[in-house]
Amino acid sequence: MNETWELFASSFWPIASGAITGTIPLAIVSFVIGLVLALVLALMRLSRHAWAAGTARAYISLVRGTPLLVQLFLVFFGLPSVGVVIDPWPSAIAAFSINVGGYAAEVIRAAILSVPKGQWEAAYMIGMSRRLALRRIILPQAARVSVPPLSNTFISLVKDTSLASVVLVTELFRNAQEIAAFSGEFMLVYLEAALVYWVVCLVLSAGQTRIETRLDRYVAH
Amino acid sequence: MSPTDGATSSGVGEPLLTVRGLRKSFGDNTVLRSVDLTVERGRVLALIGPSGSGKTTALRCLNGLETADGGTITVGDDVRLDFASAPSPRALATLRDCSAMVFQHYNLFPHKTVLENVLEGPVVVQRRPVADVTREALGLLERVGLSEKRDAYPFELSGGQQQRVGIVRALALRPRLLLFDEPTSALDPELVGDVLGLIKELALEGWTMVIVTHELQFAREVAHEVAFVDGGTIVEHGDPAQVLRAPQHERTQQFLRRLLHPF
Repeated sequence: MNETWELFASSFWPIASGAITGTIPLAIVSFVIGLVLALVLALMRLSRHAWAAGTARAYISLVRGTPLLVQLFLVFFGLPSVGVVIDPWPSAIAAFSINVGGYAAEVIRAAILSVPKGQWEAAYMIGMSRRLALRRIILPQAARVSVPPLSNTFISLVKDTSLASVVLVTELFRNAQEIAAFSGEFMLVYLEAALVYWVVCLVLSAGQTRIETRLDRYVAH
Repeated sequence: MSPTDGATSSGVGEPLLTVRGLRKSFGDNTVLRSVDLTVERGRVLALIGPSGSGKTTALRCLNGLETADGGTITVGDDVRLDFASAPSPRALATLRDCSAMVFQHYNLFPHKTVLENVLEGPVVVQRRPVADVTREALGLLERVGLSEKRDAYPFELSGGQQQRVGIVRALALRPRLLLFDEPTSALDPELVGDVLGLIKELALEGWTMVIVTHELQFAREVAHEVAFVDGGTIVEHGDPAQVLRAPQHERTQQFLRRLLHPF
C-alpha cells in the first residue's frame, strides 16, 4: 500500500507537468487556430459564391468523415514521404487545428444563422455594409449562442490531444505511458492520468460557465 | 431635433420622394405590379391595405431592404435609381442613406444598451464626432422620456419603450425621409398611444414620412395623404378624409368595411 502511494505521489508531478507544458498549450494553440479557420469556413459556407460554399462543404465533410488519428498520421508520417517533414509539435498543432476547424465551422455557421433576420435588416438600415454588420451586430450575438457547443469542442480537443503521444509529443499521456511501462503499474498510472484529465476538464467547464454568464448579461432570464 | 430636409418654407410642396412603376416579384409571386407614389417635403403618406397587398414590400424597397425589379425611385434631386438593370451596391447605399426605418418588431440590437443602439449608426457608420452625437442622442431620449433608460438593455424595456428607442435610432441618423412599417402592430393596446403620439409630433414638426399602418384613426389624423394598396398596386389615393370616409373604389370600400365591422 505504501509503495502504491509512493508511486502515485512521485508520478503525479511528471503527469501534471505534461498537462501544463504539453496538453494545455497544445489544446489552446490548436483551438485558437482552429477557430479562425472555422470562422473563415463558416463564412465561406454562407457565401453566395458557389465555389466558396462548395470548397468549405467538402473540407468539412472530409474532416468530419475521417478519424483524427488518421489525420494526425497523414501529417506526421504521410507528408515526409512526399518530402515534407514536420516536427512533432507543429504536426500535432496542424492536425488538431484542421480537425477543430471542420467541427467548429458548423457550430459557427449555425450560430450565425440563428441570429434573427431583423438584425441584419436593422444593421443595413443604419447604413452598414455586410462586413460591418457581421462584425458589429451579427457575430457578437452568434458568439453567445456558440459558447456551449464550442466549449464541448474544446473539451473534446483537450482529451484528443492524448493522441499526440503517438507522434512523440511530450504531453500528459506520453509521460504516463513512460511511467507505466517503467513501473509496470498500468492501472494506477493510467487512473492517475485519467484523474488529471478530469481535473483539467472540470476547470474548463467552470470557465465556460463564467463566459456564459458574462455573455448573458443582455438576455432576459 | 428638427428635420434636416423637411419643412423649410421654400421646400414645402416640392416632391421629396417620387416612385414610378415600381415592380417586385419573389419567384413566381408578383408582389408589386406597378407602384407610383409622390411624397412632398414635410408631408406624411399613409399606406393602408390588406395583408399581402404589397404595402410593406413597397416600403422596404424605399430603404433598399428589397431590391425592386423595375421602376424608378427618386429622392430629392440628387438620388435617382432606375431598377431596369440591377443597381450597384453603391447606388443602393445612397438610396438607403436617404431614409431611416422603424420596424414592426423594433429590431433593436439586443447586445447593445439603449444609448449604444442610438449611437451605432451615427458614430460607426456616419463617423460623426462621438461627443456631438451623444449629446444629440441624449436629447432625443430625454424627449421620448427614456433618459433614465440610456444604459438599459432592450430586454429590460417594454414594447412601447423599445419602439420609442427604435424611433430615436432612426432620427439620430438624420434621414431625409422616415419610414414606418406597422410601428404599433406588435404593441399591447395600452402602449400604442405613446408611440402614435410621438409619430404625430414628428409629423407636426415637418418630417417627411411614409407610414404603413392599420390604425385608420391615426392615418386620418396624421397623414396628409392616404394610399390604399391592393394586389401590388395603388388602387386609390388622396385626402385621408376622402379615401377613408367616402372611398371611390369598390375594393377600398370592402377593405374599410371589414376593418370597421370585423364581426
